[in-house]
Amino acid sequence: MTDATNDPAATAGPTPDQARRADAADRAAGAPMLAADGTPLKKSLARSLRIQKARALMLVAPLLIFVLVTFIAPIGDMLFRSVENQIVSETLPRTTARIDQWDATSGDAPDEQMFEALFYDLFIAEARKEHTRLGTRLNYEQTGMSSLFRRSGRSLDDISDVYLDQFEDLNEAWDEGRPWAELMGEPDWIADQEEFDAAEAEGRMPAFRVRDEMLELLPRAAATYETFARFAQTEDEDSPLEEEPWGLVHTALYYDLMEADVSGYNGPQAALLKEADAAVAEFETVNFKEGMLAIDKDWGSVETWTTLQMYSPDYTSGYFLNAVDMQKTADGPALRDADERIYGLLFKRTLFMSLVITFSCIALAYPVAYLLSNLPARTANLLMILVLLPFWTSLLVRTSAWKVMLQQQGVINDVLVWLGIVADDSRLVMINNQFGTIVAMTHILLPFMILPMYSVMSTIPPSYVRAAKSLGATNWTAFWRVYFPQSVPGIGAGSILVFILSIGYYITPEIVGGTTGTFISNRIAYHISSSLNWGLAAALGSILLVVVLVLYWAYDRIVGIDNVKLGG
Amino acid sequence: MAQAASTDAFVAFERVQKSYDGETLVVKDLNLSMPKGEFLTMLGPSGSGKTTCLMMLAGFETATYGEIKLDGTSINNIPPHKRGIGMVFQNYALFPHMSIAENLSFPLEVRGMSKSDREKKIKRALDMVQMGAFGGRRPAQLSGGQQQRVALARALVFEPELVLMDEPLGALDKQLRETLQFEITKLAHDLGITVVYVTHDQTEALTMSDRVAVFDDGRIQQLAPPDELYEKPQNSFVAQFIGENNTLQGVVEEINGNSCVVKLDSGDIIDAVPVNVSKKGERTKVSIRPERVEFNKERLKEDAHLLKATVKEFVYMGDIFRTRLSVAGNDDFVIKTRNAPDQRRLRPGEELEIGWLQEDCRALDA
Repeated sequence: MTDATNDPAATAGPTPDQARRADAADRAAGAPMLAADGTPLKKSLARSLRIQKARALMLVAPLLIFVLVTFIAPIGDMLFRSVENQIVSETLPRTTARIDQWDATSGDAPDEQMFEALFYDLFIAEARKEHTRLGTRLNYEQTGMSSLFRRSGRSLDDISDVYLDQFEDLNEAWDEGRPWAELMGEPDWIADQEEFDAAEAEGRMPAFRVRDEMLELLPRAAATYETFARFAQTEDEDSPLEEEPWGLVHTALYYDLMEADVSGYNGPQAALLKEADAAVAEFETVNFKEGMLAIDKDWGSVETWTTLQMYSPDYTSGYFLNAVDMQKTADGPALRDADERIYGLLFKRTLFMSLVITFSCIALAYPVAYLLSNLPARTANLLMILVLLPFWTSLLVRTSAWKVMLQQQGVINDVLVWLGIVADDSRLVMINNQFGTIVAMTHILLPFMILPMYSVMSTIPPSYVRAAKSLGATNWTAFWRVYFPQSVPGIGAGSILVFILSIGYYITPEIVGGTTGTFISNRIAYHISSSLNWGLAAALGSILLVVVLVLYWAYDRIVGIDNVKLGG
Repeated sequence: MAQAASTDAFVAFERVQKSYDGETLVVKDLNLSMPKGEFLTMLGPSGSGKTTCLMMLAGFETATYGEIKLDGTSINNIPPHKRGIGMVFQNYALFPHMSIAENLSFPLEVRGMSKSDREKKIKRALDMVQMGAFGGRRPAQLSGGQQQRVALARALVFEPELVLMDEPLGALDKQLRETLQFEITKLAHDLGITVVYVTHDQTEALTMSDRVAVFDDGRIQQLAPPDELYEKPQNSFVAQFIGENNTLQGVVEEINGNSCVVKLDSGDIIDAVPVNVSKKGERTKVSIRPERVEFNKERLKEDAHLLKATVKEFVYMGDIFRTRLSVAGNDDFVIKTRNAPDQRRLRPGEELEIGWLQEDCRALDA
């Protein structure tokens, strides 16, 4: 022993005595606790925990990113489609800009300006082949819209050709691309485009630039021509210098010339323009409204325009209303006619059948799980393999097997007929209805009920039941008051699993459900893959998701999610 | 161990046998009778059949052969819940989904007792184990010792005459165990209940019981009060199992009523009391307790046979010294001496002579 060890200052750290006194002094002074190196203890702790958290996050990161990119984001995008409705305002920008001015309660179709806007929109949409998509979209809301748009698209030329022909008759030059391009385009652009055409180069054409002078002098024609030129460049990859413009441009030019004063114009093709200006006053004209009505009288109906007006905003509740058997009307949302309601019934049926399936799973799985957890490990493992066996068989195979079992010429009916229980001419209908779906899905989802039940039950020590019996409880009381409450977490876990799986089940109801045994998911799949009404499918999916979340919340409130155990 | 159970026995096992697989007997021909109010402990190594006996008494296992009687009537065919036997389990077995009060209420409810009576009894039972303030808690909120107190209260609340305890203190730490040992014993005597207690802890058995039944290999090896068990073991298993014991092997040289001379394998001669030997030439295991070995010759009889010993190891244990010696070819011969002011501390390597009183040395079966 040297003196050094007796001197506290000479040792590496504070002696326990010193440290205790220092701590006591700190606490008395209200000072924060300090770590060994003098940093506040809280900070020190946070730092050490931060590294742990970062490491944990890094371990999860690959899966997290994978799920975010491949699952959450697409699903989010898909669900967004349930309210998105930009197709109307994108396809018919001029019409939707004006449509609020129209009063649906007036009982008349809109005025001439509205039809003019519609004509422009439809003409451009037809050139881009977008009008049929819009027709399909609006057809979800009102039948007949699809054919209306398709028919209108074919016949728009009836109106524009009136002006096109008159301009052509006046001067052949209006029928060619070059004079138009010179009239409307910047000289620089024309030079660039000529160079490009001469080189026969691949790639992007020099983008059309309209002359500002024209935008002021002939606003409609310049804007329409610009649209045409850009469209020709990008979609058709034709040089505007050589392409005859749409009849729409001629139509626009007519209306511009009727209003504009071109006498002061001295730019390119001034002579041509002035000649036309002098002649247009004598032109034969067409009323847009009458023209459109001539193409299809539905344009005169209030319903058509009401639909257009209701679905003109960028976002709509229409899909959701549709998904709950309602529709937009001029007086706000209203229930559909009784014979058109389908989704309420489907949702109710889905919930009801999922509940029936869940309860039949509980009823069948509880005794099995009880037996498994009370058998010696060897036997239990053997039986567990039998329980898991269906897991290792293809879902389709199992479902098809039920089809074979349950059909009218199937195994069960044959046996019943052979036994004389059922007459040959009145075989039981057990497939393609609710019964078949419930039977097949109960069988398929049973392992999801047995496994959590088993894992919870196997953790209940037999001494509880013994204790209950030693305290005087009969077998039933011991089970019901002592064993059963402790197995409830297993039932809860199994029920949540089975219920949530079954509420979104698709394949089995599709195969054995017929018409009365199908689920809402089958309808969603139909809208995704057959009717292509993705908005409605997304709305139905969103509602299903919300229903499940609400049920989960209710379950948490009633049973308590802490009471759910999958094992341990 | 008398075959004929006394007619006033409260609990009686008569020729009870138990087999689980039909090939081996876990309990072989068990005969046991205990009077009312007795605290009897079943002690034995694991697998000795003591817990099986307890479970047969409780009704959770059925006897393969023989009869178990409670208060004179056979209970072989009475289901557990009708036997009216209180039971305390090793893991307490308190129902986790019920509060403490509900746990205690359970045995009263199933007996159809009225609410006010139940509350009275629950309060009394909880006060009895000093847990009166914990009625509203859940078992998981209590410590192990508190849970065991509640389990005890639950087993007693319906006032059974017989209470079975299956290693109730096994999971507790030493200090708590000792406190509860004392409390259980006191409670049992105060209430006058009959207790069958199962443990593998011999200290527990010795300190708590009126009588101890030492189990091995499916049989009761000895059934006796603690002091008799410790001081007068009937065979070498009991001698080995209860307390620390020194064993020397040899052959009986001379036998004369209550004393005998044994020639050890090393050639040394010692005196002993014949217990399990009857004739000359028989092999025997001689058993002597460490604290009865003496190296102070003044305390020995003059004609006592002495043995040479070499000190191998000296361990200071606080209240006692534990010294390991090499005696007659046995290197694990232990002596214990009290830590008294005049006590000698032996040093390893030291050579000495040891001896003992003849009645402390018992010649048992080989």
